[in-house]
Amino acid sequence: MNNKYSIFSLIKNAFTQHENWQQAWGNPEPKKEYDAVIVGGGGHGLATAYYLAKKHNMKNIAVVEKGWIGGGNTGRNTTIIRSNYLWDASAGLYDHALKIWENLSQELNYNVMFSQRGVMNLAHNLQDVRDLKRRTHANRLNGIDAVWLNTEEVKKFCPIINTSPDIRYPVLGGTLQRRAGTARHDAVAWGYARGADEMGVDIIQNCEVKGIKRSGDIIEGIETSKGFIKTKKVGVVAAGHSSVIANMAGLKLPLESKPLQALVSEPVKPIIDTVVMSNAVHAYVSQSDKGELVIGAGTDAYVSYTQRGSHDVVEGTLKAILELYPIFSRMKMLRQWGGIVDICPDASPIISKTSIKGLYFNCGWGTGGFKATPGSGDLFAHTIANDEPHKLNAAFNINRFVSGDLVDEHGAAAVAH
Amino acid sequence: MFIINCPYCGERDQSEFTAGGEAHIERPKQPTELSDDEWAEFLFMRKNIKGVQFERWNHAHGCRKWFNVVRDTTNDKIHAVYKMGEKPSID
Amino acid sequence: MPNYRVKKTDYVDQTNRISFKFDGKTYFGFKGDTLASALLSNGIHLVGRSFKYHRPRGIMTCGSEEPNAICQINPGTDLTEPNVRATEIELYEGLEASSQNCWPNVNFDIGGINNFISPFIPAGFYYKTFMWPKSFWKNIYEPLIRKSAGLGKSPTLPDPDLYDHKHIHCDILVIGGGISGIIAAKIAAKSGSNTILIDDKNTLGGSTIFQNNENFKINDEISKDWLFKEIEELKKLKNLTIKTRTSVAAYHSYNYLLAKENLTDHLSKNNKTSNIRQRLWKIRSNKVIIASGAIERPLVFNNNDRPGIILASSVNKYLNFYGVICGENNFVFTNNDSAYETALSLFEKGIQIKIIDIRKKTNSKIVKRVEKLGIDIYWNSTVTNTFGYRKLNSIEIMNLSEDGSNVIGKKIKAKCDCLAVSGGWTPMVHMHTQSGGKLNFRESDQVFLPKELDSEHISVGSCNGDFELDDIIKNTNEKVKSLLNLKETEFEKTYVSCTKELDKRNIWLLPNKITLGKTKSFIDFQNDSTAKDIKLALREGFRSIEHVKRYTTTGMATDQGKLSNMHALGIISETAGVKMGTLGTTTFRPPFTPLTFGAIVGRNVGQFFDITRRTSIHEWHIKNNAKFENVGQWKRPWYYPKENENMHQAVQRESKAARDSAGILDASTLGKIDIQGSDASEFLNRVYTNAWSKLAIGKCRYGLMLNEDGMVYDDGVTTRLGDNHFLMTTTTGGAANVLSKLEDYLQTEWPELDVFLTSVTDQYSTVSICGPNSKKILIKLFPSVNFNDDDFTHMSFKNSTINNINCRIMRISFTGELSYEINIEAKYGKSLWEKCIEAGKDFNITPYGTETMHLLRAEKGFIIVGQDTDGTMTPIDLQMDWIVSKKKYDFIGKRSLYRSDTIREDRKQLVGLLTEDPKEILEEGAQIVSNISKKPVEMLGHVTSSYFSPNLNKSIALAVVRNGKKMKGQKLLVPMENKNINVIVSDSIFLDKENKRLNA
Repeated sequence: MNNKYSIFSLIKNAFTQHENWQQAWGNPEPKKEYDAVIVGGGGHGLATAYYLAKKHNMKNIAVVEKGWIGGGNTGRNTTIIRSNYLWDASAGLYDHALKIWENLSQELNYNVMFSQRGVMNLAHNLQDVRDLKRRTHANRLNGIDAVWLNTEEVKKFCPIINTSPDIRYPVLGGTLQRRAGTARHDAVAWGYARGADEMGVDIIQNCEVKGIKRSGDIIEGIETSKGFIKTKKVGVVAAGHSSVIANMAGLKLPLESKPLQALVSEPVKPIIDTVVMSNAVHAYVSQSDKGELVIGAGTDAYVSYTQRGSHDVVEGTLKAILELYPIFSRMKMLRQWGGIVDICPDASPIISKTSIKGLYFNCGWGTGGFKATPGSGDLFAHTIANDEPHKLNAAFNINRFVSGDLVDEHGAAAVAH
Repeated sequence: MFIINCPYCGERDQSEFTAGGEAHIERPKQPTELSDDEWAEFLFMRKNIKGVQFERWNHAHGCRKWFNVVRDTTNDKIHAVYKMGEKPSID
Repeated sequence: MPNYRVKKTDYVDQTNRISFKFDGKTYFGFKGDTLASALLSNGIHLVGRSFKYHRPRGIMTCGSEEPNAICQINPGTDLTEPNVRATEIELYEGLEASSQNCWPNVNFDIGGINNFISPFIPAGFYYKTFMWPKSFWKNIYEPLIRKSAGLGKSPTLPDPDLYDHKHIHCDILVIGGGISGIIAAKIAAKSGSNTILIDDKNTLGGSTIFQNNENFKINDEISKDWLFKEIEELKKLKNLTIKTRTSVAAYHSYNYLLAKENLTDHLSKNNKTSNIRQRLWKIRSNKVIIASGAIERPLVFNNNDRPGIILASSVNKYLNFYGVICGENNFVFTNNDSAYETALSLFEKGIQIKIIDIRKKTNSKIVKRVEKLGIDIYWNSTVTNTFGYRKLNSIEIMNLSEDGSNVIGKKIKAKCDCLAVSGGWTPMVHMHTQSGGKLNFRESDQVFLPKELDSEHISVGSCNGDFELDDIIKNTNEKVKSLLNLKETEFEKTYVSCTKELDKRNIWLLPNKITLGKTKSFIDFQNDSTAKDIKLALREGFRSIEHVKRYTTTGMATDQGKLSNMHALGIISETAGVKMGTLGTTTFRPPFTPLTFGAIVGRNVGQFFDITRRTSIHEWHIKNNAKFENVGQWKRPWYYPKENENMHQAVQRESKAARDSAGILDASTLGKIDIQGSDASEFLNRVYTNAWSKLAIGKCRYGLMLNEDGMVYDDGVTTRLGDNHFLMTTTTGGAANVLSKLEDYLQTEWPELDVFLTSVTDQYSTVSICGPNSKKILIKLFPSVNFNDDDFTHMSFKNSTINNINCRIMRISFTGELSYEINIEAKYGKSLWEKCIEAGKDFNITPYGTETMHLLRAEKGFIIVGQDTDGTMTPIDLQMDWIVSKKKYDFIGKRSLYRSDTIREDRKQLVGLLTEDPKEILEEGAQIVSNISKKPVEMLGHVTSSYFSPNLNKSIALAVVRNGKKMKGQKLLVPMENKNINVIVSDSIFLDKENKRLNA
């Protein structure tokens, strides 16, 4: 049994110089057989295992991770959490996640530092205004707390934004979701790992999947760097590497993997206390609890698994940052990094069964998967346990690319007369 | 930012080019005779290779020509460049 | 005031006194000082507080690895900058700096209380608490945590400085101007290579340039003197560019590097000759020689963080380079020979110095020399504690046990105000790994070294693990020779005499009598992570170095782990029993040192943020008070308010004028693609949904273009100019994408087609005149043209001239009015426009903008791609079945129209909406429902376009509604925040359904 975390356990352990804390999760070797194996030890994969054990009573399961848990996109994103999506299916999915976020620290007994500081999306041209208003109306009717702010209200909510009408693409307003915010990304992976481990889930790190064994169209197990693991159910949550695993099983997915970059500044005292996103000029910024400005850059336009994008993308992003926040010109970039994101043609994820029985994929989250972590895990667990999607992820099946029933979240194309 | 050896212009910075995805996915000559599944295969399904990939690039800020590139997606090393309609020099 | 400056200094000009302020108090230093050396010369050690425990901290290093001495420069001004390392900023007249992360001041800081509660806040404590009661998180805990964020303060004023970029190509780039970099650059330049040498300091020479020691001689000269002459020779070389005050920030693939040059940060306001503060060099080098040196390691022992504890090599540099004495009672605490140079330097200046060496005994040349001079050495000993809150005053020394795992014997307490520590050296392999290079681990001195695989770059000098002077010169020469394929260089016979280290002993965490849990042995000084934090992380199951780093925040401070990473790894390795080589190191991410946002962005700010495209008529629009709308990169007139008019009034007036008499629109921004070739009409057949082969020369046709997934992509009118010649127009925002999409199909899918595409958007200006009087105006402008309706029909064009300038007149209409568009070479656009205005005066010709254009076309139910479509609408959804050819075998997107979802009858479809109250104008983007009380509310669609039509005297709207085709006449609701608006589904054409006005 793990220690329960609280202020009291901290004080108690202080008297023994913290020598008696137990490990948050174990380091097991794989068993010969599991009832289900989750491929990928990121937030989504660990959450899937956690909910399989917790809600579906599947305890003989494992998570296999090529490197270290939370080392992929979970640990490489800008931690933005929101649910103000346009379509009903997306709003349902992301708000399901947001509701879990709101109680996640207590549920996991692990403080994921979910901070509901609000997320503001800015509009910079008339079509942006139409699109964001459309989204706000849809959100309101879907019970999602989004409001439209005019330029003055934007300025009031975040005074450091340059709302001058004289800039190249002036701020014409924005939407605000107050329940949205950020969380401590590493803690999400660690919290789920600890919770899953406590229920008996084997978390196996440094274990790379080398092959998928199937008999006809039925899964038999996986070949890994630590040997063969027999199992009837394999849930793949491998983000940028989803296609690599799919190819092992002889499947193709509608994905392209591209590097997505992010960067942080040196830490400074609090200067921006919300999250501001601007699609039109492409700049996302918030401030971490350490004081670093956390800035999201874009993806490169070509497939790459290098985990490092081109400098142009960073330059373009900071250009937009300085356009909106000229006061940051003398700030300094401390660290930049890239993650590999798997992007679907309709900018929506896949949480789905496949043509192979027992093989499930949770992928295609593109640039925005972190926010969905708890909901994604919950729904994927449901799909694996019941061999049937939950109604909240039914629309995100892989068959939509055949029928044409896409969930297009690109927003309206930026074309106008 | 790697360098691409455009078969028409020579070596140029990658920022002059735009990527066009996997190469050798030919548009079906008779789309109407394909099933929805087969059409979706052409339209959306990709190998998305980690490793050596054959792909299309366009010298968008140059000669505007499309051509093929053989690139290792794990390190951006380019193994070959060849014109549309030509066969790659390597497998 | 105390003065810790020696009399004679080589690199500090003591005749040039400079005044500066620190924490509001005025001090003096000299030209050549850094802020750090100037503060030390004034006896100031305490300069800041640490992040977590707010411990008093002093200057610890003399370079970019400094974790403690980081300051706010020019506080409260528009030139302020947070987190500037005092060790890097050069002193200038009027410099103001203040300490950070302390309140009310650095000497008495309330936050220091954290040091006393530190037993309760170990690494990762925040993950374990602040969860109860839940409501406290948002209101109490989180605000408290966030308030304690950060070190310095962000600027709050716009930056008055400029930044710029420069691209440069070279044969050889040498990173680092220490002895190995200088040798490398000299060989390269002399061999004829176009070479650049970059160093972040203001002078070349690295640490050898102040190596004033009889034990290090090159060709029988003291090393610094030899190097000084080499530098003088180097400066004369022709094909060598030397860039000082320039630091390489990033090393990308294909030898693409970024380097930041400081141009004015070392100058006082009055001396700044340029307003460019920093320049970012974008370097593409054929080969790169990395000579970035090594950083001295601290030692990890209890209370190893007090002001006065300084790296040994830095104490040496402060003394020999800046002429500053760091303390009166000095101890060197070391595990290697290099710190003995510091001891010798201090001794020679007559300063008291003793040595504590964790090694049992060693007999190298330099140690023997030190012993001969009578300097005390405590062998096999370690410091177990230090004392002094704001400044070190004494230390406690004990003997080490045989295996070094414990301390034995009696404690010795000694007076000490400067402890010069040296835990060996860490090669700076950052550049090598950033370039994609891998590392090897060398067990003997526990360093990671570059593993070189390709010939794109090499590492030389101490960054390659060569720490002895003779090895550096010999190996640098050999490696550069082989990189450049040279047979011989001038350094072949360079004779070096130097001391050689004979014995090594490394203990990552020095032992103590006190249990580790009660000590504070710092690893990451800025972030306050300690050895016990690392052990706690391991105990809790964090095994990977990346996990430990993230859990304890080790290596995540502004020095990015330059001083801490190796110790963290070492302690993990010792505790977990895993060899360091297999443990691997963390990833070194760019930039090497923090890089100013402004420098990254360069001139691309303000008006240069993005290209602004203006039509040739732009100036007229400005003169006539147009308000502009950004459409893509174009500036388009939005509306032209007259005195006191608001937007609504202006648009109503403009719209009415266009329908009642004449309106004029600048349509130059629409994309124009010239299409030529014998297969041009076949090409159009394939890219548009309708048929083109039979379009007669001189005729125009509207076309709709789909994506391959069947969704509407673009639209516009295409004109047949000749048998094999068409002119296509596209939407303003879509022009570039359409052209590249068409090129893609042409070159890759249909290479057999003889078609050539050329963008001519910028070549022509387009003036559109519409309204019942438009023909009269055109007749005035083009008296020779027959405008008779039978002769010049709708959807046709004629060539003509105006003042002998060729024009193309098209009779096409986007407003439903009788309408003509005149194309003319762009340079005549404004003059044509003015002529039209003049000719239209009698007809109240009224310039109108995009808003009126949108209104007029909405009255006619014409779509705008991107406004009424959103990438999910097929032409069938738009009720434009008429434009989709049933006969054509194929066109882009055709197959997708027959998928199971796209053939559904009840998809969202474009319809008209009328409000029950004709004065009520719907909001664009508003949702449409049939039943608001049933939850969840089912949304049927949304309003895409909405206007008050002055011509119909009622509000009109276009909308997409599920199954809308079958809903005509049905009542629906548009639910707003405070009310529900009743609407009726209508036809999408509101005006002149019979198209009578086209021939008015």
